[in-house]
Amino acid sequence: MQVRSTVETTIIQVAGEHNKTLPPLTDDLALLNSGLDSLCLAVIVARLEDGLGVDPFSTAEDAVFPVTFGEFVKLYEDAVH
Amino acid sequence: MRSISHATLGALAHASSTGASARFLADETRRFHLGDVPHTGAPAAYFAGKSIVLALPRQLDTAVALLALDGIARRIVLWPPDAPADQFDAAAAAAGADIILRDWTWQQPGPHAGTSAQPTEWVLFTSGTTGRPKMVVHTLASLAGHLFGAAPAAGGPVWCTFYDIRRYGGMQILLRALIGGGSLVLSCPEEAPGAFLARAASAGATHFLGTPSHWRRALMTEEAPLLRPAYVRLSGEVADQMILDRLHAAYPSARLVHAFAATEAGLAFEVDDGLAGFPPSVVERAGGAADIRIQDGALFVRSARNAAGYLNGQVSALNGDGDFVDTGDIVELRDGRYHFAGRRDGIVNVGGQKVHPEEVEAVINQHPGVRMSLARARRNPITGAVVVADVVLADGGNPIEEIRALCRAQLAPHKVPVSIRIVPSLEIAPSGKLVRRHA
Repeated sequence: MQVRSTVETTIIQVAGEHNKTLPPLTDDLALLNSGLDSLCLAVIVARLEDGLGVDPFSTAEDAVFPVTFGEFVKLYEDAVH
Repeated sequence: MRSISHATLGALAHASSTGASARFLADETRRFHLGDVPHTGAPAAYFAGKSIVLALPRQLDTAVALLALDGIARRIVLWPPDAPADQFDAAAAAAGADIILRDWTWQQPGPHAGTSAQPTEWVLFTSGTTGRPKMVVHTLASLAGHLFGAAPAAGGPVWCTFYDIRRYGGMQILLRALIGGGSLVLSCPEEAPGAFLARAASAGATHFLGTPSHWRRALMTEEAPLLRPAYVRLSGEVADQMILDRLHAAYPSARLVHAFAATEAGLAFEVDDGLAGFPPSVVERAGGAADIRIQDGALFVRSARNAAGYLNGQVSALNGDGDFVDTGDIVELRDGRYHFAGRRDGIVNVGGQKVHPEEVEAVINQHPGVRMSLARARRNPITGAVVVADVVLADGGNPIEEIRALCRAQLAPHKVPVSIRIVPSLEIAPSGKLVRRHA
């Protein structure tokens, strides 16, 4: 649960810094339809690497990018645990 | 006598139409059909012999204007959509602009047919090392001479690109589509990435081109599985193994190519073995698109397709006839393969947008609590790199939030450091310059 809340907080914070309005972060929300652009995602991933100590994008074995918020959270949960 | 080097874009685009295939250029708003365009250059008299700056909001209008004006105008300047507005006047003055076009009201202008006595100059912008965009002078022949005379591709491939045609990389794709008998699906800035991919898929696009960052973003959309690419090409940034693997997994039947090009020198080489970096055989091979040399750990390129020169006066190493050109890209040989290892000048490539570290440092150094700073690249799996900064403080305190606010107020979002770290000191070279390490 802690990973999820860290991810959520980071996304909301970065969206605010880039003046993006986010819809509620539900598991089936498509990240790139949420108003976040590539730069926002890049900043989120960098902050999460600082905060959680992992970059699952660069280390994950399975060659699939997360599409939804739920998949994004799971990527980090799997990497941390 | 008809000279192929002076054939106009309109004539070449028309000549490459094969049979009844319905060729088009399309964006989010409309579809411009190449086949049924009348050969009447209605605005020709107005534009003849003029220096024209195209500052059109839409890529599609820009393409249509190029079809109409090549061979008529003396010079066409392609003002890029992301160029700093405060530099427009200087650029227009350097171009000796007679006409500035901010909209294109001719719905169906005929492309100028046939040949012209003098080839029109095409001026493209590149981001210079000083941060001021350089205006690179081309002609249709210097941009696309390698496409002249080739048989149009069978079936007329439908190209699709994330690039903007007002930059060198996107322009190459437009010309390939127009001259090579194909069609092209263009992006719109306000369109969501998934919607663009869905539109490309329904237009039957098979040949896709973008940066690794474009592709990372594309693969994060729900619409990515709709694409049926036969050909996927990456350029503009270093392609890492992760994005190559993921593209291969997503589109196993597509030919996957990553390319290296410089605006002034054209295509240097392509790699299609699915591995990051490039094999030494690229360096040794003669007679390709360009000659490659590794010197002092950097990549040098010699190409027959070097640009004619610069419009606004910057002297460039690229202008030496037949000389190798220093690209500034550092390469390392690891396990029998060359890999890119950053730029000698410290330029950070954030998703295809270049950031000069000095520009970021100048803003940080405005803070009275800062003694010196170093902006540099940090690897990032989404945009390839992001900017981070190391700061030496004049005295104690913790002004990081204030520095961050300064950066946000004065820098474009991609230039704002993602993290700011306080360090006790920064390394200074004997020359007195900051030591920049390659990311």
